Amino acid sequence: MREIKEGRGSPHGGVFLDIAWIKEKIADAAAHIQRKLPSMYHQFKQLADIDITQEPMEVGPTTHYAMGGIRVDADTQMSNVPGLFAAGECAAGINGANRLGGNSLSDIIVFGKRAGEFAAKYVKEHGAGQVNNDQIDEAVRRSLEPFERGATKGGGAEGPYQVQAELQEMMQDLVGIVRTEDEMQRALDGLGKLWERTRKVAVYGHREYNPGWHTAIDLHNLMTVSEAITRSAIERKESRGAHFREDYENKDAAFGKVNTVVSKAADGSMQVRREPIPVMPEHLKQVIEEMK
Amino acid sequence: MNTATFSIFRGDSNGGKFEDYTTEVSEGMVVLDAVHGIQSAQANDLACRWNCKAGKCGSCSAEINGMPKLMCMTRLNSLPLDKPVTIEPIKAFPHVRDLVTDVSWNFAAKMKIKKFKPRPPDAPDGSWRMAQGDIDRVQEYRKCIECFLCQDVCHVLREHNKHDEFIGPRLLVYTAALEMHPLDTEDRLQDLKNAHGIGYCNITKCCTKVCPEDITITDNAIIPLKERVVDEFYDPLKRLLRLLRPKPKPENDHV
Ligand SMILES: Cc1cc2nc3c(=O)[nH]c(=O)nc-3n(C[C@H](O)[C@H](O)[C@H](O)COP(=O)(O)OP(=O)(O)OC[C@H]3O[C@@H](n4cnc5c(N)ncnc54)[C@H](O)[C@@H]3O)c2cc1C
Ligand code: SF4
Ligand code: SF4
Ligand code: FES
Repeated sequence: MREIKEGRGSPHGGVFLDIAWIKEKIADAAAHIQRKLPSMYHQFKQLADIDITQEPMEVGPTTHYAMGGIRVDADTQMSNVPGLFAAGECAAGINGANRLGGNSLSDIIVFGKRAGEFAAKYVKEHGAGQVNNDQIDEAVRRSLEPFERGATKGGGAEGPYQVQAELQEMMQDLVGIVRTEDEMQRALDGLGKLWERTRKVAVYGHREYNPGWHTAIDLHNLMTVSEAITRSAIERKESRGAHFREDYENKDAAFGKVNTVVSKAADGSMQVRREPIPVMPEHLKQVIEEMK
Repeated sequence: MNTATFSIFRGDSNGGKFEDYTTEVSEGMVVLDAVHGIQSAQANDLACRWNCKAGKCGSCSAEINGMPKLMCMTRLNSLPLDKPVTIEPIKAFPHVRDLVTDVSWNFAAKMKIKKFKPRPPDAPDGSWRMAQGDIDRVQEYRKCIECFLCQDVCHVLREHNKHDEFIGPRLLVYTAALEMHPLDTEDRLQDLKNAHGIGYCNITKCCTKVCPEDITITDNAIIPLKERVVDEFYDPLKRLLRLLRPKPKPENDHV
């Protein structure tokens, strides 16, 4: 990434990856590549006329996984909102600082099953619970607001896609793979401005399958997650797993003992704090010993 | 920057019409990029389904210049851009809005196909032994991304609306994957003949032509299934045997 930032990247801002060299090592390399990487072969061929068995491909980094997420109890997958369960990529914890290839599949199968079982158990024990109608009315009002801001096909007010695109670009540039304090502080400023625009985006049309409207609603969540990522990344003054800080290039043992926890304060602002990582239970320690 | 015009079907249950949108196009773009560009700048409420932009999720099926295709895998340089490119929803299923159709019938129909039923494990640790050659055969069927483009072009569904009597090429591919699995013990031939309506397929091969995963739907899935059905029900010797001796059930029944 630093090489690319310094202008030594490939024409589209990536690097060249060459796997065709395998042909010097094994006979029938082209067939081998096609067998091992069928989708990649097919996609490069169809979308870029590039034969990866013969020539280098241009590649660039992209978001692959969110390591953070909703904080849940490790056994039941319940969040600190009673009766709200989370599992899979939206839940935090299982993958530590860097998810290893293939581990998401096992995560979603194991913890999806657990979340479902504990949710069913919870409902059996607690019943359906109380619904607060005021909260529902408020949620309905808020979700319909974008329709009432005077947007028309010809303009009138800013739509959601422009804000979403700017958010994507800014997060990629300033809170991407190589991070520095200075850039992330700039991102926080940028997020402040984007929050204002988010609260004003307007949509038109009706409510049936209206992607503009959905994006206007999603935007609030995208903003919240982006802000949580940025604030947590500023807080973690070390490099660990997929979090790489150019201004703190090494691991710091003290940070290795804490999780970064983000929560909403009474005034609605985002609070960041450190909490000790839970101690590993004896039976899990034993499994790790056995696997060594 | 070059521009191109896209004539996109806009409408819902109250009817609809094609509307023209002109947008910027550049090297390497696919139809889905253009649709997103139009959605972002000119038509926020343009409904379309998509997810992976990589030909893997099967969400973005549409008819582009009349041909059933994945929007994310159709490059603009494969289309004549001197006249409007038409984009319309697939036709074999109920229309929801703009480019979106309700494909849920496919999942409901899939539920009616008898599930995988492996023979008892071969080893005490609960595992099985299969020959590589036997398992290779079903890999082709498993490439299916459920884009339902094959269902869209099949005249039995598209023109004759036989959704209640015929499961369509996609689900025949799925049934073939189960039937030809070396461990499977279930018998789906009766269902194929009756409930799944395999006889409706008259091997026009339209489905094979549009499959973005290049699955040889007709030759490798449907015809072998048809042969099995014929062997089972129309072979006089088999018929006699079946009368005398019902198909033995495997002892271990759990899945
Ligand atoms: C390119 C790529 C390759 C990957 N390759 C691998 C791999 O090889 N192996 C591996 O183990 N992992 C891989 N991963 C990671 C893995 O695919 C994901 O982590 C996993 O699919 C997440 O599953 P999930 O069910 O937790 O969430 P998702 O699959 O993201 O499901 C979330 C669902 O929620 C829906 N949703 C969102 N908002 C709402 C709402 N408001 N209302 C209702 N529904 C909503 C979404 O539409 C979606 O269907 C890869 C990820 C990427 C991006
Ligand atoms: S070959 Fe059979 S299944 Fe395929 S399109 Fe023709 S009739 Fe339909
Ligand atoms: S068989 Fe091919 S065309 Fe049909 S749903 Fe699967 S991938 Fe799509
Ligand atoms: S977007 Fe997934 S197949 Fe086109």
